Amino acid sequence: MTDTALPKTMPETAPSPLVAGARHPIVAFIQRLIREKPLGAFGGGLFLIFLVCGLLANIIAPYAANETNMALRLEAPSLSHWLGTDHLGRDLLSRVLIGAQLSMMVGFLAAGLATVVSIVLGLLSGYLGGRTDMLIQRFVDAWMIFPDLLLLIVVVSIVGSGMPQIVLVLGLLYGIGGSRIVRGAVISVRENMYTHAAQSMGARTLYILWYHILPNVMPVVIVLFTTRVGAAILAEAGLSFLGLGVPPPAPTWGGMLSGDGRTYMYMAPWLAIAPGVCLTIVVYSINVFGDALRDLLDPRMRGSR
Amino acid sequence: MSDAATEMPHADPADETLMQVDDLKVHFPVTEGLLNRQVGSIKAVDGVSFSLRRGETFSLVGESGCGKSTTALAALRMQPVTAGRILFEGVDITHYSQAQMRPIRRRMQMVYQDPFGSLNPRMRVRDIIGEPLVVHGLAGDKVKYKARVRELMALVGLLPDMADRYPHEFSGGQRQRIGIARSLALDPSLLICDEPVSALDVSIQAQVVNLMMDLQEQLGLTYLFIAHDLSVVRHISNRVAVMYLGRIVEIADRDPLFDTPRHPYTEALLAAVPVANPVIEASRPQQIVTGEVPSVRNPPSGCHFHPRCPKVMPECKTETPALRPRDDGRLIACHLYD
Repeated sequence: MTDTALPKTMPETAPSPLVAGARHPIVAFIQRLIREKPLGAFGGGLFLIFLVCGLLANIIAPYAANETNMALRLEAPSLSHWLGTDHLGRDLLSRVLIGAQLSMMVGFLAAGLATVVSIVLGLLSGYLGGRTDMLIQRFVDAWMIFPDLLLLIVVVSIVGSGMPQIVLVLGLLYGIGGSRIVRGAVISVRENMYTHAAQSMGARTLYILWYHILPNVMPVVIVLFTTRVGAAILAEAGLSFLGLGVPPPAPTWGGMLSGDGRTYMYMAPWLAIAPGVCLTIVVYSINVFGDALRDLLDPRMRGSR
Repeated sequence: MSDAATEMPHADPADETLMQVDDLKVHFPVTEGLLNRQVGSIKAVDGVSFSLRRGETFSLVGESGCGKSTTALAALRMQPVTAGRILFEGVDITHYSQAQMRPIRRRMQMVYQDPFGSLNPRMRVRDIIGEPLVVHGLAGDKVKYKARVRELMALVGLLPDMADRYPHEFSGGQRQRIGIARSLALDPSLLICDEPVSALDVSIQAQVVNLMMDLQEQLGLTYLFIAHDLSVVRHISNRVAVMYLGRIVEIADRDPLFDTPRHPYTEALLAAVPVANPVIEASRPQQIVTGEVPSVRNPPSGCHFHPRCPKVMPECKTETPALRPRDDGRLIACHLYD
């Protein structure tokens, strides 16, 4: 590496300001995503489809979620009911679509809350260190003694089941557990000399946390968030399985899988297949999308695959 | 602290002393067991005194672990000070809080050894160089800020058009220039350079050292230069302090120190530098001192150097020699000259 050597130029991925001015940065980013991370782009696209379906569920669903038709019970998939019907004659496609809405909401809200909690605890604990770190970590230890599901069951059985409390409990659960991961990343970033440099130039703690520590732990945070979205959707499904999830007749994927899906599995396998496949695809797509995002948002990865 | 300041021989602001460090000590506690019982301390810096004159380059040299960097960090108040006194521009900053230090930090900036680790990989060069301005609320409007960054980049020999790039797109030498530009953003009077060139290729070292010397001349900077590469030190320094195990053993002007080292350790240290002439190299004594540097945790009694010193005398084992001015104006801590 000599001083006179030109810096590694990346004409394709880091266009000069003149060229970049022609494209909106978001458009440019999506183009990069497709070119450099096709799998991630595929995941992102799949996820986007589910997101749109969820958002527009009430418009595009051919039937109402709880509209029963006793004449058409446990019908196999047909032209009028693309995914078949359940034991009450409700249209499965409509229920899966509206279920997407609920599942995504639980997933995103819980993962969002978890990420915020993880970041706040992880930053304070990792950066401040010393006594603060000790106190926070012993609290996290104590919290992690309880199995996730047990805690969920206790809370739900006390305050009753419903989306707000499920989101809150899942968010806190994942957030406090995940703070350990953020803390570890913070400790490693904190030891970098640029943190020291910022301190020596007189920067305040909040400034350093926001401009130096947080951007450099973002790869960890993004992956944490995307895995938590999937985990929260699955956890809600698990709770529904135990009858503690979002209460019926609201159509959640977990509820559909565990309730009717399980009961009529041999007579009408499509009842379990449809929500199961949706669950799998959403969790998979958000995970590959998250990994791609993590790589693309790292400036050091520019131009590499 | 006001009476302490009036006691000082160099209290008036117009004088030549930029920074004065008196009997600085930095001890790290060594703890053991569940209750963190303190069982001892590592005396990383143990009674170091020196002063920096305006516009000079003062080098701290010594082997790894002798306390050079710790001394510099303590002088910057980036390291808790166990004892001693630090005066900067006539003001005693030893007990300043970090909030009180903020305005002082504008006047003293740091250049780091590692040109890779010291730049945030997620910030554009413009934001790295301008960061001190932002931190101190001096960035002004966008036009002014950009102009200042361009000016700084030009000053250190970088093309201002590269401001939108990220650090990983630059070579080691260029990154070190970025680090230097950042340290100059606030027009400091003191730059603390912690091994600024030792991570660079030899050919690049010369460029960066020369850049630093040019900048010093242009901007009237004072350098506290930490290095273990004696040829670089000889090139850039006005005065040199030699450290051994947390203490300064000799302070002298550059040429006398390199031509006629007087402290046995200085002599040994200089003798360890290879000469680029095989004839001279072959005729030189091979090794003056033997043995390893003792552990800082358990340093020898008296003069720390006595177990390895070829000229050791009985009092060296019991009495710590003081750093005193000698007849030729240097400061030497050695019983040989007492």
